[in-house]
Amino acid sequence: MKMMKQNVMIAGLALVLLSATACKDGNKNEPAAPMSNEMHQESMDDMMDDKPMNEVDEMAMNNGQDAKAEAILTDYFKLKDALVADDNAKAKELGASLATTLGKLDISEYTDTQQSDLKDIVEDAVEHAEHISESDIAHQREHFKVLSKDVTDMVAITGTENTLYQQFCPMYDGGSAWLSTSKDVKNPYYGSKMLTCGKVQKEIN
Amino acid sequence: MKIVKIIAGIFLVALVLIQFIPVDYNQNDTVPQTDFMVVHKVPEAIQKKIQVSCYDCHSNNTQYPWYNRVQPVAWFLEDHIKEGKAELNFNEWDSLSSRRKTSKLRSIIKQIESGEMPLDSYTLIHRDAKFSKEETEEIINWVTQLKDSL
Repeated sequence: MKMMKQNVMIAGLALVLLSATACKDGNKNEPAAPMSNEMHQESMDDMMDDKPMNEVDEMAMNNGQDAKAEAILTDYFKLKDALVADDNAKAKELGASLATTLGKLDISEYTDTQQSDLKDIVEDAVEHAEHISESDIAHQREHFKVLSKDVTDMVAITGTENTLYQQFCPMYDGGSAWLSTSKDVKNPYYGSKMLTCGKVQKEIN
Repeated sequence: MKIVKIIAGIFLVALVLIQFIPVDYNQNDTVPQTDFMVVHKVPEAIQKKIQVSCYDCHSNNTQYPWYNRVQPVAWFLEDHIKEGKAELNFNEWDSLSSRRKTSKLRSIIKQIESGEMPLDSYTLIHRDAKFSKEETEEIINWVTQLKDSL
């Protein structure tokens, strides 16, 4: 009887230990550390080389760098809309594509101070976008708050072609802001729970 | 009865065998000038708590009591250390910009508040890494103050 008890205990211990490794395996699929901006830029340059001339010209006409800041904004607004719609899966996808777009921001034409600010903003924003790509919706919204600040700071440097509205919800996490292309308030932090909570705080452009 | 014995036996043999697989230990003698504790004036109790509860996976120096050297615990740790350091390394704290620091402190607060950190799988073995209710409150208040002062 005593022998059996011991055996069961050993088996139990082994099970606990093995489940610990199972957890380790489960984490293997997660993406490694964020790729450096340089790497993103390199791959972007490669892509540009492969493009027919007229397409490259088209991008250059748009002043290159601004076109990319606009691309970041486009992805950011799509992500915001997914959060407004309480769509966790779509927000994951969009978080991942925003992280990629952010990494492609061409900062070469800015001043040194602006460049280091933009690098800092992008590094931070990429991390939040990556977290959004692998989190539940509550987490996504937490990260979206800081991401919104990063994107707002980016726009302050890069500017944008369109009029943007900085909106503010006093209820979420001690007050949280986000950007929108429309004056209408649609709250990404609460979604359908409190869709219209908030007000326009500032007009940008 | 017999089957229980056989299964236990297999587990036991496997457990002994995996002990021979080598592990990369995360250990360093020096604490760099960029360390969180060097840069900030951290109250002693909080300093100790952070070191016990966080530094094993979020610094260049892991404490390895005997059970952390035993497989498969050591593997489990190795993997989490890699991931943990990529996310936040207290030893390299001061190399972060103030934007990044604020961002990290926010995450620290959220993760401790929600009980995600320290990981359950870690506190299961490492009991003293667990935060009591009071400790959670104390550390969150302190980190919040630090974040607002940056």
